[in-house]
Amino acid sequence: TTASPCSQSLLGKSDEQSGSLVRHRNRKKSFNRIMGKEKSKTGPLARRPDNSAFKQQRLPAWSPMLTASTVLPFFYLLALTCMLLGVWLLLTVQRTQEIKVDYTEAGSCDVCFEMRKNMSKAGQKCTCMITFSIEKAFKGDVFIYYGLRNFHQNLRRYMDSRDDGQMVGRKSSLKSPSSYCKPFDVDANGVPIAPCGAVANSMFNDSFLLTYYTINGPSIVPLLRKGLTWYTDKNVKFRNPKADNQTLAEVFEGTTQPSFWQKPVYKLDPFDPTNNGFINDDLIVWMREAAFPNFKKLYGILYRANKPYTNGLPAGNYSVIISYNFPVQYFRGRKELVLTTVSWFGGQNHFLPVAYLVTSSLILLTAVVLTVVWWKFGKDGRNMAE
Amino acid sequence: MSFFGLDCVKPTETELERKLRANDRDFNLSFKYATNAIKTSKYNLFSFLPLNLFEQFQRIANAYFLVLLVLQVIPQISSLSWFTTVVPLILVLSVTAAKDATDDINRHRSDNRVNNRKVQVLIDRKLCSEKWMNVQVGDIIKLENNQFVTADLLLLSSSEPLNLVYVETAELDGETNLKVRQALPVTGELGEDVEKLADFNGEVRCEPPNNRLDRFTGTLTFGGQKYSLDNEKILLRGCTLRNTEWCFGLVLFAGPETKLMQNSGKSTFKRTSIDRLMNVLVLCIFGFLAVMCVVLAIGNYIWETKEGSGFTAFLPRGDGVSAGFSTFLTFWSYIIILNTVVPISLYVSVEIIRLGNSFYIDWDRKMYHAGSDTPAEARTTTLNEELGQIKYVFSDKTGTLTQNIMVFNKCSINGKSYGYVGDDTEHRPEHLKHRKAVDFSFNPLADPRFVFHDHSLVEAVKLENPEVHAFFRLLALCHTVMAEEKTEGELLYQAQSPDEGALVTAARNFGFVFRSRTPDSISIVEMGRQRSYQLLAILDFNNVRKRMSVIVRGPEGKLSLFCKGADTIIYEKLHPSCRKMMDITTEHLNEFAGEGLRTLALAHKDLDEEYFHEWKQRHHEASTSLDDREGKLDQLYEEIETELQLLGATAIEDKLQDGVPQTIEQLAKADIKVWVLTGDKQETAENIGYSCNLLREEMNEVFIVSGNSGDQVQQELRNALSSMKPEPAENSVFLSDAASGKGAKAAEDETVNGEYGLVINGHSLAYALERSMELDFLRAACLCKAVICCRVTPLQKAQVVELVKTYKRAVTLAIGDGANDVSMIKAAHIGVGISGQEGMQAVLSSDYSFAQFRFLQRLLLVHGRWSYLRMCKFLRYFFYKNFTFTFVHFWFAFFCGFSAQTVYDEWFITLYNLMYTALPVLGMGLFDQDVNSSWSFQFPQLYVPGQRNLYFSKKAFFKCALHSCYSSLVLFFIPYAALQDTVRDDGRDVADYQSFALLTQTCLMFAVSIQLGLEMSYWTAVNTFFVLGSLAMYFAVTFTLYSNGMFLILPAAFPFIGTARNSLSQPNVWLTILLTSILCVLPVVTYRFLLTQLCPTINEKVMYKVRQAKATPPPPSQRARIRRTSSRRSGYAFSHAQGYGDLVTSGRYLRRPAVPRPSGFVNMGRATTGFSPMGRSAGYSPTGRSQNTKAPDVEVTSLQMFRTIPDPAL
Repeated sequence: TTASPCSQSLLGKSDEQSGSLVRHRNRKKSFNRIMGKEKSKTGPLARRPDNSAFKQQRLPAWSPMLTASTVLPFFYLLALTCMLLGVWLLLTVQRTQEIKVDYTEAGSCDVCFEMRKNMSKAGQKCTCMITFSIEKAFKGDVFIYYGLRNFHQNLRRYMDSRDDGQMVGRKSSLKSPSSYCKPFDVDANGVPIAPCGAVANSMFNDSFLLTYYTINGPSIVPLLRKGLTWYTDKNVKFRNPKADNQTLAEVFEGTTQPSFWQKPVYKLDPFDPTNNGFINDDLIVWMREAAFPNFKKLYGILYRANKPYTNGLPAGNYSVIISYNFPVQYFRGRKELVLTTVSWFGGQNHFLPVAYLVTSSLILLTAVVLTVVWWKFGKDGRNMAE
Repeated sequence: MSFFGLDCVKPTETELERKLRANDRDFNLSFKYATNAIKTSKYNLFSFLPLNLFEQFQRIANAYFLVLLVLQVIPQISSLSWFTTVVPLILVLSVTAAKDATDDINRHRSDNRVNNRKVQVLIDRKLCSEKWMNVQVGDIIKLENNQFVTADLLLLSSSEPLNLVYVETAELDGETNLKVRQALPVTGELGEDVEKLADFNGEVRCEPPNNRLDRFTGTLTFGGQKYSLDNEKILLRGCTLRNTEWCFGLVLFAGPETKLMQNSGKSTFKRTSIDRLMNVLVLCIFGFLAVMCVVLAIGNYIWETKEGSGFTAFLPRGDGVSAGFSTFLTFWSYIIILNTVVPISLYVSVEIIRLGNSFYIDWDRKMYHAGSDTPAEARTTTLNEELGQIKYVFSDKTGTLTQNIMVFNKCSINGKSYGYVGDDTEHRPEHLKHRKAVDFSFNPLADPRFVFHDHSLVEAVKLENPEVHAFFRLLALCHTVMAEEKTEGELLYQAQSPDEGALVTAARNFGFVFRSRTPDSISIVEMGRQRSYQLLAILDFNNVRKRMSVIVRGPEGKLSLFCKGADTIIYEKLHPSCRKMMDITTEHLNEFAGEGLRTLALAHKDLDEEYFHEWKQRHHEASTSLDDREGKLDQLYEEIETELQLLGATAIEDKLQDGVPQTIEQLAKADIKVWVLTGDKQETAENIGYSCNLLREEMNEVFIVSGNSGDQVQQELRNALSSMKPEPAENSVFLSDAASGKGAKAAEDETVNGEYGLVINGHSLAYALERSMELDFLRAACLCKAVICCRVTPLQKAQVVELVKTYKRAVTLAIGDGANDVSMIKAAHIGVGISGQEGMQAVLSSDYSFAQFRFLQRLLLVHGRWSYLRMCKFLRYFFYKNFTFTFVHFWFAFFCGFSAQTVYDEWFITLYNLMYTALPVLGMGLFDQDVNSSWSFQFPQLYVPGQRNLYFSKKAFFKCALHSCYSSLVLFFIPYAALQDTVRDDGRDVADYQSFALLTQTCLMFAVSIQLGLEMSYWTAVNTFFVLGSLAMYFAVTFTLYSNGMFLILPAAFPFIGTARNSLSQPNVWLTILLTSILCVLPVVTYRFLLTQLCPTINEKVMYKVRQAKATPPPPSQRARIRRTSSRRSGYAFSHAQGYGDLVTSGRYLRRPAVPRPSGFVNMGRATTGFSPMGRSAGYSPTGRSQNTKAPDVEVTSLQMFRTIPDPAL
């Protein structure tokens, strides 16, 4: 039409004027675009936008919608799936066995419990014994855990109070622990503590001797005290400082043990020298802080090479002799011993199977309600008319 | 935002008076005046970083994160590592800095371009070309035609007679017409004599730099004489020299001290209502954050006193930290941890989405006008979602709704109707589609641009039908048009109103060519024969008479009176013998009116010589009488204009822009109220109201408020109100009472049965906008479907917009094309400029611009709606995902002794918003659409939820928070219960903190991703890629961060080594993830499904329809023009003004000096003029005064076309 030469001259003019007019937002953008286009295209339709699906917002797309034909079958299917899963899980979990023995004050441990209330007697040894019986034999691998209740391994300052650099075997960190370890970084004399920090310092130090009373008399249940940790922890995260022909004791020279410990880190396992220092399984297990105040940690695995333990723990009476060191009365905690077998699904936790069953019934209920509603109100898009 | 704020070198002492001497640089330099270099850029290479950072930290969000960062440095408080805040903050800062930098580079470029422009400067007695930036105060410079004025100049001499120069001031005040400036005679003598100019040593004393464009005071001392200087002698920077070969000027103010620069930097920042809501919400969130932190701090106090004291053996408190102090520290620690409720990335993402949606507007082909090669442009990138909430549209008329082109389309001659409406084939009746336009080749003087489609009329002319001849003769004689014939046969009409131009042009083409006129004669060419008519009297037009007549003596000596005017008026003056023809013509007139055409009735009569002689005598007496001249003249006119013979009627189409009626109809369906604010006369505006479907014949009533006093207007408004809403008369009293008592109070939307329209004129509007009446006016106007305000000034336009903005909680949009619309464009929430036409002023102050009014429906119904939808979905989802993320921390606090331990890995916290969830939600914000654009047009009702703020409001936000609360409960307690007390399948630990953190964050990732999937209704490949890609990236990044290598490099930073491998290999972990996902999604799907079934929203209904009709896409909604045949109203509209008759007869216009015509008024309106600085007000104003706009006083402005420059020679 007739207006085009006129308007083009105007737009050209506006570009010229741009410098002297400064009161408008975003002008530069448009001018640049005009400039840019002018360079690339000329002609009457020089500034016509490209006809691409993206620029014209016509990208092909899938527009799902919650319709009865998708939602209702989905709900029923989901209910069924959850139901099957729940049943399957329940059966699996029920095949596992577990026994928990709270030994905080049980049996003869009440003496030790009283004794540990007193800080000054912390150095004194105390041994006690509890007994329990297993009604039905534990089949397969049996795992022995110690459990703590109300012990907050998840406090922020507690969790921060460790030096991963030190425990991965960095020599520099060994001698000068991270400030995060305060006040457990150096002892009163300024000697660096290895391993430093509150976590290591508070390591669980009860030990157990499990005895099985056979008809022939008591037999000590053999436990594997290694292989309790994640592979990555044992091999990557925790390493002893490099020892070129030095003994561990020499490597750790110039450091001291955490104040609550009775022995230095390189003597943690008196029976197996390769299980000492930072790669001691018990230490590693302890250093993997629990998420919640009630937790259990692996203590040992039943050694099944010899009879009568080849099939697991036989039914019968057991006793545990406990070297009772760890004080729990300060934080009103409890200690327990847990024996359990596992399945592919893990330990005996009934939550998931039950939750799946409950969810399944919830979904089913909802699905029925939705079906009724759909049938009564929404069928044939009755409400969809304007 | 001032562009100079920081770097403008301000003189240390304020200048009280400016003193300068021409051609004396040394003298002038002593005052340290600014040079002509301008600097709009903010930064240079070195100042960029500090200044930009300083500016950025003035933003509240950035400052907030800086405070967080400081908190994190304090070890007792630091619950998160520094990088969790630093990484996002740096990212945000650098993105913003990059944007600012590119903006500034562009500013530098444009500064350079301007500063390096060349101008001729008189240096050392020689004219040499110099860069603008080197021009100094006191220099004499030479400007040539069409050059920009370099600085504020004192005009010395010019090429034109009387030392006049013509300037266009569009950049300064938006007026496109030319203005004159005149130099002092004493300096004018200098001419272009370089020697004389170099010797010129005048001294100027004047006011210091200021921003008043219309005032200047100063004195020039030259040759011992003092001359006073005023604004008429000043050329301001920003003007353009026109029609002047050359001129010389003395630089008074340069660069930043020029009035243009002093005026800049006033733009107001517009914010969207979502912005404001978001600010409120963010404040609420801050409050909520504080409450959460207080609760947790109290929890910490209780825990510390009850449990913590027992735990001190294992974890001694820090030095000097008691339980109380620990509470205090915990509060701040939780502030840090829970800061993600106000995520920094929210602001960045919002900007990105807006930017993207702005680009869609720029890219839209359907808003590109090929005729003027103008694409739509989003000039602001921050207002997009507001486009989806518009409730009121204020539109200019001329140039926006109409093209300001009048087309002679139809006529009724002697009871026979000729012509068809519309020259575009689409709208013509089927059987006429092939019919060609009439061939006017028989007439060498015909205007080639004139198109007519009815051959029978030409036949009638050729057959010398006497009535038809009389009809066109009347059109050729009865007018005030002036003709200019530069070369033989090339006629150029200067019409005072485009209507007249169209009529005279029509006559011209049908063989009655108006050729020229003198004060007492009119010469026309009638079917090839030259004839001269003696012009005896012009009975001028005015708004009361609504008609004009001429009395002429034909070449044969016959006296005739020709009259044209409003049908209603003419009919009263007709001779009874016309009765029959009147009936037929009325039918035709109704038909024309129904089509929205502007009609005039034509009549004539032969006069008796004697009677006329006597009448002429009385006329002379009356016109020289001193008292009540007007009345007496009117009476005389009345007397002679009787017993007329009806000739017929003309119908002129005020050509609408393409698609205007359809657009208005669509907008009305979308419940958008369109108010037309125009400077035109009431009849004209009303007529356009009908032709563009705004007013409809079916409306119950169209109220016309045209009172001349406050009481009258009030009464008229009250009447209108009571006839619309008969019952609650006291309600209005209550409302106004409340308003006066409480100040601004939102007026509620009311509903009314039936459709009403309101037309109010400028006088009445002035009263209606008074404090006491504005609520009545607003109420009445809002009850009406359509409101037309005519004869409004630009200020009133803005006032009307402000009124609605103040009392209605509604979003307003103003659309216009001219400088007179600027005030309203700036006042409204959204301003839209019509680009690609004359004048840039409206566009430059607008937020969006495009070439055609019809694009408005696409801007609102498609882009606006989508932008709003996307933004709301984005915000809802964004808050959801962050709340969910954060609330989990809250629940965990109850298990970790309120110790401010985080649930997630710190890296996850850092990357959650930046990497893992950023792209999917951005994808939704950029691509989502409920239904495509053609369906959006099909169902304009989809727009309504936006107006009601339905998608994102406080309620929606609250729902969002509740939903997050539920999700976070699921996300925390399911993993808690599932993991607690369980072990791996090899008996090893899986209930440790790190596994739990990983499990929870993985659950969270799945939950928010699925939730996003539920929100998204438009899955493009990009969206799918973003969603799946983000999940994949989450796993990839997580495995990388938890890898051996990363740990061995920095053991302290990556303590989660191996967690991913050890946990994610466990079936129960995956079963937990599945369960949380199901439980998170279940209620949402149920709720939505129920809602869809029970009370579906309009969106769902339409989407359902789309699904139903998937196979057949909707036909593009093409509606033919609605034709109505019956009309109850007169189609009279004539944008003519009083006063031209006198001018034409006085002959004063003939003294107009022969200025090379810059902009004479051409018959067909401005679109046909070839010269750009054409003002819509028809012609330039040599006086330069009272030229504010076309709107307030069409007559006065246009009259100036005829007014002569006071010429001393005469």
